[in-house]
Amino acid sequence: MADLPKADELFKSINYTPPSTGWMDTPVDTSPGNWCYPAKAEKLEYLGFPNPREWNPADVDWKLPENWQDIVHEGFKERLDKYRSLKVFMDICVRCGACADKCHFFIGSGDPKNMPVLRAELMRSVYRKDFTMAGKILSTLTGSRVMTEDVLKEWFIYFYQCTECRRCSLFCPYGIDTAEVTMMARELLHLCGVNINWILEPVSNCNRTGNHLGIQPHAFKDIVDFMVDDIEEITGKRINVPINEKGHEVIFITPSGDVFADPGIYTFMGYLMLFDHIGLDYTLSTYASEGGNFGLFTSADMMKKLNAKMYAEAERLGAKWILGGECGHMWRVINQYMDTMNGPANFLEVPKSPITGTVFENARQTKMVHITEFTADLMKHNKLKLDPSRNDHIITTFHDSCNPARAMGLLDEPRYVIKNVVKNFHEMPEQTIREQTFCCAGGSGLNTDEIMEIRMRGGLPRGNALKTVQDENGVNMLSCICAIDRATLIPLANYWAPGVDVCGVHELVGNALIMDGEKERETDLRMEPLPGKEG
Amino acid sequence: MNALYSLVLVFALVLIALFGVGSAHMAGLFGTMLPYVAVAVFLAGFASRIIGWAKSPVPFSIPTTGGQQKSLDFIKHDRFDNPVTPGQTFIRMILEVCCFRTLFRNTSVELKDGRVSYASSKWLWLFSLLFHYSFLLIVIRHMRLFFEPVPACIGFVEFLDGIMQIGVPRLYMSDLLILTGLGFLLGRRLKDPKVRYISLVTDYFPLLLIIGIALSGIYMRYFAHVDIIAIKKLTMGLVTFSPVIPAGISVVFYIHLFLVCVLLVYFPFSKLMHAGGVFLSPTRNMPNDTRIKHHENPWNDPNIKPHSYADYEDDFREPMIEAGLPVEKES
Repeated sequence: MADLPKADELFKSINYTPPSTGWMDTPVDTSPGNWCYPAKAEKLEYLGFPNPREWNPADVDWKLPENWQDIVHEGFKERLDKYRSLKVFMDICVRCGACADKCHFFIGSGDPKNMPVLRAELMRSVYRKDFTMAGKILSTLTGSRVMTEDVLKEWFIYFYQCTECRRCSLFCPYGIDTAEVTMMARELLHLCGVNINWILEPVSNCNRTGNHLGIQPHAFKDIVDFMVDDIEEITGKRINVPINEKGHEVIFITPSGDVFADPGIYTFMGYLMLFDHIGLDYTLSTYASEGGNFGLFTSADMMKKLNAKMYAEAERLGAKWILGGECGHMWRVINQYMDTMNGPANFLEVPKSPITGTVFENARQTKMVHITEFTADLMKHNKLKLDPSRNDHIITTFHDSCNPARAMGLLDEPRYVIKNVVKNFHEMPEQTIREQTFCCAGGSGLNTDEIMEIRMRGGLPRGNALKTVQDENGVNMLSCICAIDRATLIPLANYWAPGVDVCGVHELVGNALIMDGEKERETDLRMEPLPGKEG
Repeated sequence: MNALYSLVLVFALVLIALFGVGSAHMAGLFGTMLPYVAVAVFLAGFASRIIGWAKSPVPFSIPTTGGQQKSLDFIKHDRFDNPVTPGQTFIRMILEVCCFRTLFRNTSVELKDGRVSYASSKWLWLFSLLFHYSFLLIVIRHMRLFFEPVPACIGFVEFLDGIMQIGVPRLYMSDLLILTGLGFLLGRRLKDPKVRYISLVTDYFPLLLIIGIALSGIYMRYFAHVDIIAIKKLTMGLVTFSPVIPAGISVVFYIHLFLVCVLLVYFPFSKLMHAGGVFLSPTRNMPNDTRIKHHENPWNDPNIKPHSYADYEDDFREPMIEAGLPVEKES
């Protein structure tokens, strides 16, 4: 952290000319700063993951199991048989290089192993050696190589410099998805006990306490009570928030980052105020108090296990459908995996807004609606009383979170909501938004401080785009619909576009919402004076 | 170096055919045996690769979406970048396969004036399209060698290709265009440091091989003026399974044919299989409808259950009661 270079120095250090040595001959750098801290043995033991031990990636000896090569080989084979995506993606890349300069980590580092094509080649080279005839016979000519410890170390370094944001996939003529490759590589690394704590600890917390921060049920209630107090202070209105209660129509699940961390809590207050305003019959749950699924970053089985809580709790509490908060990878899991893994959830009903009567046909199967879909529908039907001038001190732009943008296409709903509650809205440059959005560089479990330089490098494209609208339009707020973003974009903005703050979309909604019986507001949800009320 | 290896390899192939037919007089082998073997390997190899991929299931539906999802009525749905029906998905695939739509959105990054800037970069799209379509035209034109009488549609393609009416024999546009396309693809690989860095022998070899095929074909047609009647006798002999080796066929033809045979054999075992694989790519060939419809994972393990609520409550019952949270079992 201390030796993080200044932004302009870091920018000047970027060089897109590859080294003179071929990539197979360029050794991997395992010095500190290039990796996240390894997972604590106790977390692996609790979750039943293989090879729990104390180890340090800077050491030569990673204390791998004796037969680790067989483990990787067998694991690889198993996944080729289980996933057509992996098999096809290993075979059909023509190395056209269209993806090369699409990765934020490459753009910010110039390290050729951060080109998605080469990141995948790290794995493909082993695939060719182990699973293709040509690779077995003509190794150097076909670009195949033997799985050695150095290769495994290289995998660890570079597959944890991929945030599974899928931007490269958008530009690949064959749709090769590096996120899929990274997920498989990480699964194989897990089999040998090579993993990082910032993923495994949240996974273990989610399993036990229901959320990745390890908030226990009574603490969860305390936090909600604090927020209710704050809402009362700001609006003069005491609201009621049901928790773990049976028999409500809707169960609301959001990432625990919204409950715990600033500025997520303001977004959470926004949700609560909205629900009270429209009289939604809902409950929260402490058991299913996490939308973000860190299992996605470990293995398909763990993802399934953690995700299953949502349906289990909805069934236990007798809810009719699920409303989901602002979260990035939670929505990737919900859209692309949830019903397949844990459905069909026939004990639930097709979601129907009790306020507007809108039936969410696009959520007919999963029974789960995104909060911006829900709120946009309310706004379209004029069900909310809003005073956008309360956000006049905010000039905002919007950061599309990678997962909802590229795995779902949730692009216009949040914009519709924002435009109804904020007068000053400006888009960042078009190559950096919507489906072409750039990652916060802290996704997929990389939101950890020991790799801050890597994160700031990866954050360059987003930071630059933000700086552009800051300079041109005076933007002072970056709104987003992802809890990881609300954590990672703050240091990123401080570094690349100092002076820009970060908020969730429903914080802006909460600011603008005129609740029945509220007093005249003098502050926004952050307790900062509203424009004209500074006196 | 990788480019050089590939060049040497292609030259070696030319020499094999040159000496094989010219000096060793093995026209029978090169003119009939090898083509049969090559076509058989190509067909069997292609099919087995597709079957090999298709054997692995698609457990999850993972399309990469490139536009607005289908949601509320008042929000415009981007049907072909974010399809929800099989029809929309089909059109997305058609656009991809026939128009290389994804490459069309390609951009390039530059560091300029302290900022990252993005410029539209459509050259790769343009030249790869040029290459693939010329190749297709050329393959269709060559079909006249395998039909008697020649179907009208093949004659029509030939007519269009030579519509500029330049020179005798009439210049085919596709001959020039394919060389332009291939030249760009090769030049880009050599010139762009990033692309050169990732290029393997297996990237240069097929490019150079196809260039060799195109050049030998052009040489035959425009310069050597080979005996096309004799060649047609040979090709018709092949398709009617009564192979003959007519006299008077230039050795250049055998070189051309041999390189084509190598390409056919090489095809199923190489990256050229992207031609088949693109249809099987789960990020493109699936609709984004998993919130709407059930998708089945054949190996979904029903035994994976969440940490149960009962266990959770056992863990935290006391503090829950104290905090006034509802519980299932009072302690």
